[in-house]
Amino acid sequence: MSWDKQQMAARAAREIAPGSIVNLGIGLPTLVADYLPDDAGVWFHSENGLLGMGPFPYEGDEDPQLINAGKETVTVVAGGSTFDSATSFAMIRGGHVDLAILGAMQVAMNGDLANWWIPGGKMMGIGGAMDLASGAKRILVLTQHVTKDGEPKLVRACDYPLTAKGCVHRVITELGVLDVAGDAFTLVELAPGVSEAELAAKTGAPLRTR
Amino acid sequence: MEHTSGRHRDKVRASVADALAPLFDGARVMVGGFGLCGNAEALIAGVVAHGARDLHLISNNAGNLGKGLAQWLRAGIVKKVTCTYLGNNDDLHAARESGAVELEVIPQGTFVERIRAAGAGIPAFYTPTGVGTVVAEGKETRAFGGRTYLLEEALSADFALIRCHRADPFGNARFWRTARNFSPLMAMAAKTTIAEADELVALGAIDPDDVHLPGIFVHRVVEVREHEDPFEYRRVRARP
Repeated sequence: MSWDKQQMAARAAREIAPGSIVNLGIGLPTLVADYLPDDAGVWFHSENGLLGMGPFPYEGDEDPQLINAGKETVTVVAGGSTFDSATSFAMIRGGHVDLAILGAMQVAMNGDLANWWIPGGKMMGIGGAMDLASGAKRILVLTQHVTKDGEPKLVRACDYPLTAKGCVHRVITELGVLDVAGDAFTLVELAPGVSEAELAAKTGAPLRTR
Repeated sequence: MEHTSGRHRDKVRASVADALAPLFDGARVMVGGFGLCGNAEALIAGVVAHGARDLHLISNNAGNLGKGLAQWLRAGIVKKVTCTYLGNNDDLHAARESGAVELEVIPQGTFVERIRAAGAGIPAFYTPTGVGTVVAEGKETRAFGGRTYLLEEALSADFALIRCHRADPFGNARFWRTARNFSPLMAMAAKTTIAEADELVALGAIDPDDVHLPGIFVHRVVEVREHEDPFEYRRVRARP
């Protein structure tokens, strides 16, 4: 037993304080928006120049000039705004975005994040990843616990190129919730049916249970 | 003292070819748009028709799905690309792998701030983005308030090609939704900015409080009413 992707997204949604500004990374993090209560008062920021991003449009309402950072058609909620990229990154770099939920290739126990390129693989680019990782007030990583080959993604030190140093606060995987603690990961919560022994075995760094 | 007449009259051009006439080989060309969103489609196609080569393209993505700026890569008129994200742009991956194009990939916030700085007369600035990463290699760092920052230099261009929703003959412009993205900043950073407007309106038709990009940053305007505006990734949900 462990969490499926929907359950991971639902767990991540519980990390979002009411009234926050949140940026959701491409991929798994985009699912998180579906698990927020309507009255949460959360505003989604998309770095291509949109604050107050809503769900995908109804068929027939899609506008090719209203997209998210993944270049998917989206909507804008009442009270939303559109702006240029310099303003958008001022929001990020200036510390106005409360939380960014990002994917990861590796997270180190000191909070280093690698999420843009695995050397030898296809280099997709940097996009807004480095600005978000170093600029948002809090970084939550949402990722599978191990790679497709079973290698730990939570490690002592990243060997892939870094996105930012010491930026990650918390990690949610299908196995549980862990905090970055400098010389170890700290267990916050186990997914149902997952043992501490299994979590420790699949984590490539010391695991502290409290 | 050399005296040249001002550039801020007679900006409206009758055709795309006329608007692009000053383009030259080896030019540094900024092109607005986030992927295919907010592309100056007619100007992009017009550059291929113009015949200028060895261009240094400065744009967030350099096209996708064979569309937009991917046309420049296919036409072989680009020698260098400065961008932030390749994604699934197969033309750019191929041009990089074959060595046909020199590729520079930089963080998006740094990309746009370097452009903004050039337009604002600031030669360089410190940013926290990229510290401790490959982006920092060879760059000066300095600590402010106990945090380390990277020195990044302004990024300017010979031309900026932008798409706007509405423009007047002075070049005052408004944008539509997320099509604005890099365009207003690129307009500031280029020696010559050429705007492709969905609609050309009379002076005064845009309320001064509603101007997104003041005409001081725009030098040539061409009206282009028809656009493909392709969906890059069309996502919809069922109606309830």
